[in-house]
Amino acid sequence: MKKSVYSMCGMCTVRCPIRVEVENNKVVWIEGNQHLLGGALCAKGSAGVALVADNERPQQPLIREGGRGAGRWQKVSWHTAYDYITDKLKKIKKEHGPESVVLSSRGGPWQDMYKTFIHAFGSPNYTNHDNTCGRNTHHASLSLNGVGRTGFGYDIKNSKHLVLFGRNMFASLKIAENLQTMDMLDNGGRLTYVDVRQSMTGLKASRFFQVRPGTDYALALGMIHEIIKRGLYDEEFIDRYVSGFDELCYFVEQYTPQWAAKECGVKEKAILDFVDEVAEDMPQVIFHPGWNLSRYKDSFYASRALHILNVLMGNIETKGGLIIPKGPSDCGIKGIRNLDCPKPDIKRADGVGWKYKHFDKGPGLAHLFFDAMEKHDPYAVKAWIAMRHDPFTSMPDPQRQKRFFDNCDLLVSIDTHYSEFGWYSDVILPESTYLERDNPICLQKGPKPRLAVRRKALEPEFDTKAGWEIFKQLADRLDIGDYFPYKTIEELYEWQLEPTEFTIDDFEEKGFISLSDKPIMFDRQELAGQFNTPSGKIEIISKKLEDANLPSLLTYESPRKPPKGMFRLVYGRAAVHSHSHTINNPLLHELMPKNSLWINKKIAAKLGVEENDVVDVIAENGVTERVRARVTEFIHPEAVYTVHGFGRQIPLQTKAYHAGLSDQKLMVNKLDDWDRAGGAINLCETFVQVRLSPNNPKRSVEL
Amino acid sequence: MNNYMIYLNSKRCIGCHGCEVHCKINKGLPVGPILCEIGHDPLKSVKGVPKTEFTFRSCFHCDDPFCVPICPTAAMIKRPDGIVYIDQERCIGCMACAGACPWSIPQINPDTNKAVKCDYCLDRVDRGKRPACVTKCTTHALKFVTIKEVGL
Repeated sequence: MKKSVYSMCGMCTVRCPIRVEVENNKVVWIEGNQHLLGGALCAKGSAGVALVADNERPQQPLIREGGRGAGRWQKVSWHTAYDYITDKLKKIKKEHGPESVVLSSRGGPWQDMYKTFIHAFGSPNYTNHDNTCGRNTHHASLSLNGVGRTGFGYDIKNSKHLVLFGRNMFASLKIAENLQTMDMLDNGGRLTYVDVRQSMTGLKASRFFQVRPGTDYALALGMIHEIIKRGLYDEEFIDRYVSGFDELCYFVEQYTPQWAAKECGVKEKAILDFVDEVAEDMPQVIFHPGWNLSRYKDSFYASRALHILNVLMGNIETKGGLIIPKGPSDCGIKGIRNLDCPKPDIKRADGVGWKYKHFDKGPGLAHLFFDAMEKHDPYAVKAWIAMRHDPFTSMPDPQRQKRFFDNCDLLVSIDTHYSEFGWYSDVILPESTYLERDNPICLQKGPKPRLAVRRKALEPEFDTKAGWEIFKQLADRLDIGDYFPYKTIEELYEWQLEPTEFTIDDFEEKGFISLSDKPIMFDRQELAGQFNTPSGKIEIISKKLEDANLPSLLTYESPRKPPKGMFRLVYGRAAVHSHSHTINNPLLHELMPKNSLWINKKIAAKLGVEENDVVDVIAENGVTERVRARVTEFIHPEAVYTVHGFGRQIPLQTKAYHAGLSDQKLMVNKLDDWDRAGGAINLCETFVQVRLSPNNPKRSVEL
Repeated sequence: MNNYMIYLNSKRCIGCHGCEVHCKINKGLPVGPILCEIGHDPLKSVKGVPKTEFTFRSCFHCDDPFCVPICPTAAMIKRPDGIVYIDQERCIGCMACAGACPWSIPQINPDTNKAVKCDYCLDRVDRGKRPACVTKCTTHALKFVTIKEVGL
């Protein structure tokens, strides 16, 4: 029997809307939702079918038999695994208190479930992967606009000029956004791209600034200087909604385009020409404030500068600008219910909220739990449950992390695949893949808000379970099951939808429920109350930052030059992989089995390195990764670049095992290199040595 | 006379290789054969911006295909609408077709030991739909064109 199921992709965390056709429990067709994406799907989206079939993923719960990381697993039933985990959790709670347990997740729309679980257990310590992703951007927006990273949507389609600082959107795909950008370009719009190397997004750009690594902030300051000097800002918007503009004018006086050009290694005329374009295009100019800006020591301030540029454009709540996302109440209707349990009134172990008051308390900062593990400061952390989060791949220096995690009595990984953390943990609970599971309903805010849901298209191939069931089962055994008021997913949907006028059947027509027929825009004269800062204004001088003894406008400091013979290690993404968790997918591995090391042509010639030569990439303490070189003129000579996620060390993943280079393993002693103002880890502050590998691949003594 | 062609708008193509996987999934192909391929020239700097052109290659569905007469079991067939396809029932996997094709387009499917190649997803075309690669192209860069449309 053939059926058609609307659902949500799960190959990366963009979660594009999809429709799946299934016959005899096999996928016969999978496409992007026609109503939203016109069928478009990326390579990863199609390769979801290969993920389901892949038997190199955990097929039933596993409990560790040998030492951590030894890879000896006992296959157990779900009941045994649940009992094992909850018995341990009860013991840890009794001995060290409930706050000694941390739960981390990737993030995303279902965090309520994970937060509810850990809060109900009695711990305030929920965290996610954002310390290695968007935390700087998030905190930059919070300090300026009083709303977080998702506090604005981008109306790219109607813009005239999109400015991207390293936001490589045509490799880090988000299909709806990609289509908007293509349409904008087809309509004659401009795309300015800033990066240390060429990228797929750079190829589509009308202007490309190849900057010296770590100078994004300088370029943004030069742009602000010139825009203010020429009076190209929305004075009315600034008068009405912005504080600290005079301080900004005074501050940027020193940062001329001439200075910025020299600092970044670009032409002054290019900056001036760019500002000419901005003058023509404003207010429909969008400065994307960055996504994964956990990179340089001043990325937080670079993001803040980009947010400031948007404010100067006066593009907020303007067609072709930044749009404040709308929710059910803006449509005059009631929203869905989400699982909830108030956070226990205990200090967080990572210090966020009491030691670091300027950070968002929601997910805290995952890298700040290690002191608690090692020194019991402020108290002991004894257990870590990682829900689809891989600390060893996302954070630097997994070897050092392991020494911290060894202080824990329980490590649990809940994931669809073997993560590096999972392989080291005590218990693996295999979650069903996104095609084999349901997820709760979620709200997708925007000018036209909607409700979306992931529905199970297939029965699970192996003995795996959905997250909603796993957390319910664990909660029941810990006597906190009342916070999960359902037995089946249907009961959960009914409970979620109860305050609304909808039923789960309403998703069947299009795969989502639109809460508004047409875009809702606020009156730009009435935006007061939208900016949730202490003053209610957009704060260029942020009270929160100043109270934390941090400058709102940071004096620029030139990035360190790599020592002789060394290079700054920068990382990024390719369109066919989602970081580490798709490397072992047979069809994606076929497209990109390994990563490489990009190196500047002139530098390579000096090192005697030619295209495809094997090179050694050596970290400060001698850790060496070996990889093939990709020699190109389109990368800054100070930088070498690689695609993140490779170099995995899980023997059961036969395709990904030791394939390529792992950037995080080269980031030796870099767990402490994090941004005190933005919170994120500085992932591009590592220098490595590169040399032609002395290993001669041509020599073999075999007869 | 061919009725159809697949056209790539290089301006919209982002070289994501989605089409290659869309094709494989629709045909249920294992690792190995890749029936359509995105290629590009080396990057060149144009006014300071690195640029390249993307190309899409599948099967040319030749007017007078060499692969059809050479097939010993008459498994390679050219339809009146121009689509050249392989009747999987008749194919014996001898790969004479690949040898005859100037571009070696037919490939072996290691699961079935038979030849496979692009057939414009004729089962879909016959149902009024477009080939998988076109339908699901990430940026709508691929178009399935009937020749009449472009006025030839």
